[in-house]
Amino acid sequence: MDFADFIEKAFNFEDYALLLPLVGNSLVAGAALGIVGGLIGIFIMMRDMAFAVHGIAELSFAGAAFALLIGVDVVTGSVFGSLIAALILGVLGTRARDRNSITGVLMPFGLGLGILFLSLYEGRSANKFGLLTGQIVAVDDVQLGGMLMLSAVVVLALALIWRPLTFASADPVVANARGVRTAGLSIIFMMVLALAVAVTIQVVGALLVLALLITPAAAAMRVSSNPVLTVILSVLFAELAVVGGILLALAGSLPISPYVTTISFVIYLVCRGIEAVRSPRRHQV
Amino acid sequence: MSPAPIVTFENARLAYGPRVLWEGLDLQVQPGEFLAVLGPNGSGKTSFINTMLGTTALDAGRVFIDGAPVCRGSDSVGLIPQQRPFGDNVPLRARDLVALGIDGTRPGIRLARRAVRAKVDELLELVGAGGYANRAVSDLSGGEQQRLRAAQALAGDPKVLLCDEPLLSLDLHHQQAISEVIHHQAVQRGSAVIFVTHEINPILPYVDRVLYLAEGRFHLGSVDEVMRTEVLSELYGAPVQVLRVNGRIVVVSGDGNRALPPDGHDHAEDAGPASGAQGANGKQA
Repeated sequence: MDFADFIEKAFNFEDYALLLPLVGNSLVAGAALGIVGGLIGIFIMMRDMAFAVHGIAELSFAGAAFALLIGVDVVTGSVFGSLIAALILGVLGTRARDRNSITGVLMPFGLGLGILFLSLYEGRSANKFGLLTGQIVAVDDVQLGGMLMLSAVVVLALALIWRPLTFASADPVVANARGVRTAGLSIIFMMVLALAVAVTIQVVGALLVLALLITPAAAAMRVSSNPVLTVILSVLFAELAVVGGILLALAGSLPISPYVTTISFVIYLVCRGIEAVRSPRRHQV
Repeated sequence: MSPAPIVTFENARLAYGPRVLWEGLDLQVQPGEFLAVLGPNGSGKTSFINTMLGTTALDAGRVFIDGAPVCRGSDSVGLIPQQRPFGDNVPLRARDLVALGIDGTRPGIRLARRAVRAKVDELLELVGAGGYANRAVSDLSGGEQQRLRAAQALAGDPKVLLCDEPLLSLDLHHQQAISEVIHHQAVQRGSAVIFVTHEINPILPYVDRVLYLAEGRFHLGSVDEVMRTEVLSELYGAPVQVLRVNGRIVVVSGDGNRALPPDGHDHAEDAGPASGAQGANGKQA
């Protein structure tokens, strides 16, 4: 394949108007996911949990693969996988260092389980690949309902614990002394995170969740320290990546994921560039 | 000593298993009083603070704050912890950190923005941090961050300010400035200060009484009563010399071959001569 072929494959707007209505459900799901990823990413960054998110995603993948194998709803399967992983991490990995090693132990196990279930599965092979690298071209109404509900739960839960969670994440010692139940809050956060991961997997796949759960928040934090502005930017970046990715993917015959991850990454690069221009001092350290 | 004491310990005892940190502690701290708490590592200084925060329970005896039994998260108690650097991933400005001291424990998101903002401005002025109110906490120096901690701790208008090594890892200039801020606030508001430290010299001008913890025992009294060769030798159960050099207090072990550096940067008081672990920390070859 030469470059012209690639461009043809990646960007071909000929039948765009015809295709657009087909992805209506996906766009709605993507928009919801943008809000979820943008919001929860802030806390994942503050709590330094990028690696844990990746670990939860692999167990979520195993759950989804198992659901596929036994013929039940895939979203339900990934929610269960996520919740189990999050519970294990939440109970055992209270300190960051423990959490990292436990994640490292869990992740390959989850991935291995998932691959086992997939190889036993005899259905359409596109489904298999989709769990790892994402495919939401066809989100049916039932799935959409489930994803929207999960997203709503995540956003509501975050809004409810926003302030104490910020306190506990930024400044655990003082928060604890002032009466914030940091341990309980941390378990609640893990549960909320599990749901967010389960939704994200449906869109970008288990291997690429970080593109929506970390990158937008990380980018926003490069350009602002104002907590309100950071949240707005983070959600905006996530929306740009996921909705923009779906719209662009429509114009080609490639999966959605590379579009989403590339947009997300470019936004991050631009934000780093802006930061470097604004305060070069910070990079000399 | 007529006004009602702010902090009262009655026959208090704290032990971890067979190891007694201190017992038989009776102590009353009056409004406006500045109590320094000294002692080697592991002598229970931080645990002493924690019993007043309600995060550690006494084994025996009782502790009251402002006439009431200790309850976790009380507004009567403010905490200034050790300086710990904030990472790049904390999207908070100086004013946001202080705001968490005002309403960070409450659920939900902040709605009373204007009222909180006014209070934050007032607190920042109080500790001389108005000049960097809108800078990211991660960009501030350790000394600047400790001023914010002081502002944060004062947010609830506490009756007692608990300081847990707030000067650690600050340079001499900032040590003096932060001590001044803390003392000034205490005097002006009539609140008590309990100041845990390795190093008494930066706070020497302000200290009313000293509580010296070591080897499961303690000694309570004025600086001149406690910081004496006989008293500390008895406390450690080994010869210790207390020297006064240019208005500073230096504690050295008495056998002469382990002279400690004259100023607190190596934490002279920390190296208790009777401490078995001392040889292992390898400071004095």
